Amino acid sequence: MKWKSFLPYFLILPALAYLVFFIAYPLTQSFILIFKESDIQVLKVLTDRNFLMALKYTLALAVAIIPIQVALALILAVIMNKGFKGRDLALYALIIPLIISDVAGGLIWYSILAPYGFLNKVLINIGILDSPIYFFGYQFRNMEFLAIVLAELWRLTAPVFVMILAGLQMISKDYIEAAEVFGATYWIKLRRIIFPLLKPTLQTVLLIRTIWSMQIFGIVWVLAGRDIPVLAGEAYYQMTELKNYGVASIYVLVIATLSILLGALYLKFLKAEYLEVKT
Amino acid sequence: MVEVRLENLKKYFNKGKVKAVDGIDLTIKDGEFLVLLGPSGCGKTTTLRMISGLELPTDGKIYFGDRDVTYLPPKDRNISMVFQSYAVWPHMKVYENIAFPLKIKKFPKDEIDKRVKWAAELLQIEELLDRYPAQLSGGQRQRVAVARAIVVEPDVLLMDEPLSNLDAKLRVAMRAEIKKLQTKLKVTTVYVTHDQVEAMTMGDRIAVMNQGKLLQVGPPTEVYLKPNSIFVATFIGAPEMNLLEVSVKEKENSIILEGEGFEIPLPSDFKELLENYTDKTVVFGIRPEHMTIEGVSSLEHVKRSTTIEGTVDFIEALGTDTIVHANIGSGHVIKVKLPGHIPLEVRSKVRIVIDLDNIHVFDKNTGKAII
Amino acid sequence: MSEEIKRKLKQTIFYTLIFIVVSWVLIPLIISALYAFASSSEYYNPNRIIPHSFTVSHIKTVLITLGALKGIKNSILVALLTITISFILGVPAGYSLAKFVFPLRDSIKLSIVGLKVFPLAIMAVPLVKLYIRLRLIDTLLGVALAHTVIALPYVIFITSSIFVGIPKEYEEAAMVFGLTRFGSFLRITLPLALPGLAAAAMFTFVMSWNEVFMAAVLTLHNRTLPAQILSLLAGATGGATPAYYKFAAAFIMILPAMLFVFFARKYLITMWGISLK
Repeated sequence: MKWKSFLPYFLILPALAYLVFFIAYPLTQSFILIFKESDIQVLKVLTDRNFLMALKYTLALAVAIIPIQVALALILAVIMNKGFKGRDLALYALIIPLIISDVAGGLIWYSILAPYGFLNKVLINIGILDSPIYFFGYQFRNMEFLAIVLAELWRLTAPVFVMILAGLQMISKDYIEAAEVFGATYWIKLRRIIFPLLKPTLQTVLLIRTIWSMQIFGIVWVLAGRDIPVLAGEAYYQMTELKNYGVASIYVLVIATLSILLGALYLKFLKAEYLEVKT
Repeated sequence: MVEVRLENLKKYFNKGKVKAVDGIDLTIKDGEFLVLLGPSGCGKTTTLRMISGLELPTDGKIYFGDRDVTYLPPKDRNISMVFQSYAVWPHMKVYENIAFPLKIKKFPKDEIDKRVKWAAELLQIEELLDRYPAQLSGGQRQRVAVARAIVVEPDVLLMDEPLSNLDAKLRVAMRAEIKKLQTKLKVTTVYVTHDQVEAMTMGDRIAVMNQGKLLQVGPPTEVYLKPNSIFVATFIGAPEMNLLEVSVKEKENSIILEGEGFEIPLPSDFKELLENYTDKTVVFGIRPEHMTIEGVSSLEHVKRSTTIEGTVDFIEALGTDTIVHANIGSGHVIKVKLPGHIPLEVRSKVRIVIDLDNIHVFDKNTGKAII
Repeated sequence: MSEEIKRKLKQTIFYTLIFIVVSWVLIPLIISALYAFASSSEYYNPNRIIPHSFTVSHIKTVLITLGALKGIKNSILVALLTITISFILGVPAGYSLAKFVFPLRDSIKLSIVGLKVFPLAIMAVPLVKLYIRLRLIDTLLGVALAHTVIALPYVIFITSSIFVGIPKEYEEAAMVFGLTRFGSFLRITLPLALPGLAAAAMFTFVMSWNEVFMAAVLTLHNRTLPAQILSLLAGATGGATPAYYKFAAAFIMILPAMLFVFFARKYLITMWGISLK
């Protein structure tokens, strides 16, 4: 029966068609729209002060958060990879932030950093401070930046940690035991065996995390509103408040392009040679 | 080059409920090739890992020469190990894999180069030094693992079933190579396997283990010809030793081992050996190659014998040998191994000659050898 | 220092570190929950770090006066819709990729994996024009369809891995004994795949429940919980709301997800690790 050989295609067609329709179609529409507007318009948006600030802050947040976060997650993963008493409980606690949305995360950290929040109250009552540190409000923009960094470090280290831990556990125990037998100390094991074998995982993790950071929205909106403009936030504002579909689309395309560019960069520079050889 | 001494070595898991290794006393002589042989789960790998330091014992001691290494981490024991999975690091080239132990011990660069090339030559992998493990076959990776293990001249060389992942032909070839290598290097070697052929062909001595305990230690011929228990007797040797339950019956001038539907007469000098077992049930054992068939195969090398009768049930013609399955009574079938091609027919009656210098009698309850 | 003391010291440092890390995760959660229920006088009392008197009035206000209850209902509906649609589309696709070998298979696989890395949420903006035309704007179905776009690559990928893990011999045995391919899928493969599918459903639920950008762009009145909270309590207008409403809102947002996940915690780590590869 000839149609049987088409079965795999039938099964996968609905999903593919769906994705093409809901992604490719609107995306192309946006492109067409952008190119219909004269180049000067597009340029105006791209050189607009708002846009440049949004770009600056989006990138700044990424640079401030990601390196620390990945390092933190890496250390956590190495520690949690050992078995120890209570490890499972600790693991459950560490992965709770996985289910916390960016909006919720922002609100939670508000309770810590608000003028009457936990941090201020503790510091005042111990006597280190006389009056509260202000994290929020337009005039405290730099503190708002810090608040966002803290909140995102708290919230998103969990998924990064889980990804690295998964990669770590994929490294065969034999490789590590062989190193032990041949004289490797703990640090040599980490440096020469575990870390190189973890490179592919780290590449993926950095890639995913960076692309997430290009879309950062809810947490900024909750903690800083438009005091700290970010690309996705400005897109939202243009779309819902100013009803400026065209400008919003430009922001969206910038985010998409940035993501693809960064993705390509990572893929190029973090390749592991031993995975590329012909077997 | 050291002597390895295990004293009352124990490894318990699950708060003592699982006794993986239950009191092993063993001395491995300097330069000896000792094989730890046993079925899966008998504790041989756990013992090896305790010698390596990858696992710490629950009780007991391990000595390398005079040094008490019981709780030393692997890196301080000056050992080498070949893992069952080879554990050749995929992100390093072959050269770097072999050089790793030397680099850790901070050997000078030209010394490292000299030794790596020496080991590679011994294992015939010189052309592979610049490749990655993913580009090698299983057999080649195994050689890399062995080269890496010998390059640093360890006090003790440990091998955990290194040949079990190779195909049969390669296994046979590597057996000889590893043994030759060890003889040349004279390094004290502990080799774990469940394959009794490997143990018999490679070991200077074989240590048979089961359920965490050491059952018998001795050179291959001794363990083969003088097993001290039913387990050792049946674990080593293929086809397996024939076992028959019999009761010891005394007659005036002789002893008869009475089985269900058959009788094995023994001359009077066996009376003394079996005197505690009169009228009791024992287990009689005889290897298939220690019997012949009257009129069909030569009897010259058999000095003392006894005969029983049987009917041919089935014949396995293997080319070099023939295994005759003979029913000696009430469905008890024993296997007789004869050289060459034997022109017997099924259902023909035969007289089986048993070589009395090679019979075994075991206590039915303890499994231990009486004769 | 003796070996024994060194060891004990290392252990103490180790466990202290673990304790610090776990506290770092748990303290903000506990604090925000406490403050959500703290009476306003307690909260504004600078000497009260831990509130002593509690009230549910903040929660009530957020739920009812500010309409969060409706938002919860909408979020649940959207999440369930998303699971349904993405499974209807994704499970057959995953099955196809797992069990059949056909040309284009590898390229399709690659593009689906690629989509996981693409910033799909921002697609909401280009989608608006389309939605207006299709009259999907400001509807729950619209949001669910949008969420499905994000969920599909994951569902396809996870189900494909699950089906690969079920040996095809199981199905073939069933077919030899008289079942059709579809029948053997229903009676043999599906039951075996159920745990994995449950994990995928859980993943999708959490994703949809937390998703805010698409929900906020594509709706005005029929908002899901995050979108609603966003407009009520954040941004230019919302930023000035009293703090305790923010904490109450945070609590409302986290509780269902935490409960949901608590009952399925065993799956979380493995599934999250696999799906994010």
